[in-house]
Amino acid sequence: MVALPDPEDFTRELLVASNSDRGRLLQYLHAIQQRYSHIPETSVHQLALALRLSESRIRGVIGFYSFLHDTPRGDYDILFSDSITDHMLGSRVLLGDLCTRLGVEPGLPRADGRVTVDVTSCTGMCDQGPAILINGQAVTRLDNFRISSIAALIENLTPLDEWPSELFEVQDNIRRADILLSRGSCGGGALRALVEKGADTIFGEIATSGLRGRGGAGFNTAMKWKFCRAARDDEMNDRVVICNADEGEPGTFKDRVLLNSHADDVFEGMTLCAGIIGARHGYLYLRGEYLYMKHALEETLAQRRRDGLLGQNILGQAGFDFDIEIHLGAGAYVCGEESALIESLEGKRGVPRVRPPFPVTHGYLGKPTVVNNVETFMAAAKIALEGANWFRAVGTEQSTGTKLHSISGDCDRPGIYEFPFGVSIQQVLEECGAADTLAVQVAGAAGSTIPPAEFHRSIAFEDISSGGSFMVFGRHRDLLDMVQNFSRFFVHESCGFCTPCRVGGVLLKDLVDKVHAGRAGTADIQELHRIGTVVKLTSHCGLGTEAANPVLDTLGKFPSIYEKHLTQADYQPAFDLDAALQDARDLSGRDDAGAHIRTDL
Amino acid sequence: MTEKLKLATASLCGCFGCHMSLLDIDERILELVQLVEFDRSPFTDIKKIGHCDIGIIEGGVANAENVEVLREFRAHCKVLIAFGACAINGGIPAMRNQFELKECLEESYVDGIGVYNRMIPDDPEIPMLLNKVHPIHEVVQIDHFLPGCPPSGDAIWTFLTGLIEGRPVSLPYGQIRYD
Ligand SMILES: Cc1cc2nc3c(=O)[nH]c(=O)nc-3n(C[C@H](O)[C@H](O)[C@H](O)COP(=O)(O)O)c2cc1C
Ligand code: SF4
Ligand code: SF4
Repeated sequence: MVALPDPEDFTRELLVASNSDRGRLLQYLHAIQQRYSHIPETSVHQLALALRLSESRIRGVIGFYSFLHDTPRGDYDILFSDSITDHMLGSRVLLGDLCTRLGVEPGLPRADGRVTVDVTSCTGMCDQGPAILINGQAVTRLDNFRISSIAALIENLTPLDEWPSELFEVQDNIRRADILLSRGSCGGGALRALVEKGADTIFGEIATSGLRGRGGAGFNTAMKWKFCRAARDDEMNDRVVICNADEGEPGTFKDRVLLNSHADDVFEGMTLCAGIIGARHGYLYLRGEYLYMKHALEETLAQRRRDGLLGQNILGQAGFDFDIEIHLGAGAYVCGEESALIESLEGKRGVPRVRPPFPVTHGYLGKPTVVNNVETFMAAAKIALEGANWFRAVGTEQSTGTKLHSISGDCDRPGIYEFPFGVSIQQVLEECGAADTLAVQVAGAAGSTIPPAEFHRSIAFEDISSGGSFMVFGRHRDLLDMVQNFSRFFVHESCGFCTPCRVGGVLLKDLVDKVHAGRAGTADIQELHRIGTVVKLTSHCGLGTEAANPVLDTLGKFPSIYEKHLTQADYQPAFDLDAALQDARDLSGRDDAGAHIRTDL
Repeated sequence: MTEKLKLATASLCGCFGCHMSLLDIDERILELVQLVEFDRSPFTDIKKIGHCDIGIIEGGVANAENVEVLREFRAHCKVLIAFGACAINGGIPAMRNQFELKECLEESYVDGIGVYNRMIPDDPEIPMLLNKVHPIHEVVQIDHFLPGCPPSGDAIWTFLTGLIEGRPVSLPYGQIRYD
């Protein structure tokens, strides 16, 4: 690899270029990590001095985010997406194969520092997995051939930008377009409507449309905007618009497709919101996994500035000033939770805030802030252009319009499907070509497990609500694999702030592992129920309150997946006691009776 | 009066802090011995456990002897309690779980400063170490968990009196608050 500049110079340049802005701490760390595969001590020291933060505060941020490291990773840092759908496509075998070819242990840099191979939470490529990130860039559709080419490229020290470009191709796979995806770009039309008809009229359209948030919770969008507008009665327009593109829910990838092919409309929706609520600053919080799109998104923003759709005096209107900046996340699912996202945007650890106060009154830097999902902003822009009735014409009474679903797993045609709200699970399964389905996991790891007897139910806020993840499990699958994968996911992603989620999550995972290993008895199943309920009732934020869902849902609806793994005994140890003495036997050379667990007890 | 309940206690891989804290119930120990009879316990120095109603375990499971004592307690006690952080989570001793057993033994017996006769001990008298320290509920079924490092004398009193009288136990916030 080419020699790198001194990290001290690099860090200094970063700081000088942006006036040593504390809020950018995470962005600085990201850039340093990208360049040096870790955050060198000197950089920590410099950042602390320049930003007037303690070094421990900076180390705390590095420790929080999965994509930041305090010791060097390999020059080629490979992360396999660890989503259950990647597993179902054979990712584990490919990971083993790549490790063997390269001679590395998962998680540890090779002795020559050339490469690391590790896993990371779902990277949002479930319709074209198995997928990896390599130095932050996405590679999809892995197979034996791709793995052997990658191993060769690494051994030959080929710089990443000289790798064959087809490795980095990411497909949209839009399989069904309805009112949102079948229209061309707004091209400024929504903003022109705002200027011509006035903010009150356009706000009225959004309110009449009944648009609800697409990020999962389904809060009424117009109401959110109204609260934010009302939170301060000055005319400084010192409010903030944030687009939540953290998209960390396993199995969700529709925001990726929107940002890849409809970014212009998403930015238009943000600008529309700014015009209505009175905001000058906007942020796109882009998950670190989508780093590969950042350049193109910045180009789109630049084009909008040139077109007078962003920046000072938008569309020539004096005082209509608004601009958007892209901030990168760094591998933390909890940062999708809006208050954790805001903390992260302020350059801190992404620990959810105590609410109330809600972001609409006290958000980014204490300012009134709207946080909406990518799809919500796009829909808002289209409504401004096409009118509320156009939108209300599809969907159900309480869930107007359409919803994008990211479909993956055991079906013929995985990809993006736009359906009106109210569509039944059965209809979705038919369209994506799923036959002989055992279960569908709707709304991701935090969502619900739906058995065939409930396939007539519909996806809408009145029935099964969803942020857009739809994973199909065929008859030949063991659903306990899914539960185990999700339990591990929540342990890895817990921010650690509150005990029920931090400790309860681990207890759940350990018990699920115990069931999976065939060591659990009926007492363990009762324990799963009990702990799951406590975690659900007492956690601080949505991550913890939903973390027990996969366990509780499947215990209720698929008890057999547990029963078939249970031992006859009421109770068994969680691990093989005698085998746990093997290291000590090897080290001491003992094999007497005392060197084994007594079996007569 | 009906016969007294029988109580046994043991320290596995713990620091005896939890047992010391049991003594922090102070003069209430006189009331306690009206209610229960101590069987095997460091307080009585009885080495072999008889049939008991309540068993209290301090410390996690770090070696083969811990496993045996714990299993004996489970076999002899109607109700078994994980007492303190080490029993519940492995606690301080479980900090060694970040390392391989080999690294721990080499640090103590081979590479450590001032170590004579550098070798990993192989005397059959010495209990064999498990490669990791485990919470006790991973080895036997546990009925109740009393948190704290150690649980305070007051918390122990609230807990034991409730249990002995057959009432549901509810610890006041002050007794499970640790900062
Ligand atoms: C653990 C957790 C993760 C979340 N992840 C996301 C996410 O990736 N994208 C998103 O839009 N909302 C996510 N949310 C919901 C947000 O907190 C928030 O409700 C949403 O961004 C509001 O936008 P909307 O009203 O347009 O849906 C998450 C919530 C929780 C509790
Ligand atoms: S529930 Fe989990 S993620 Fe949420 S604050 Fe508590 S520890 Fe953090
Ligand atoms: S919980 Fe605390 S007091 Fe009790 S044995 Fe462990 S370290 Fe000692």
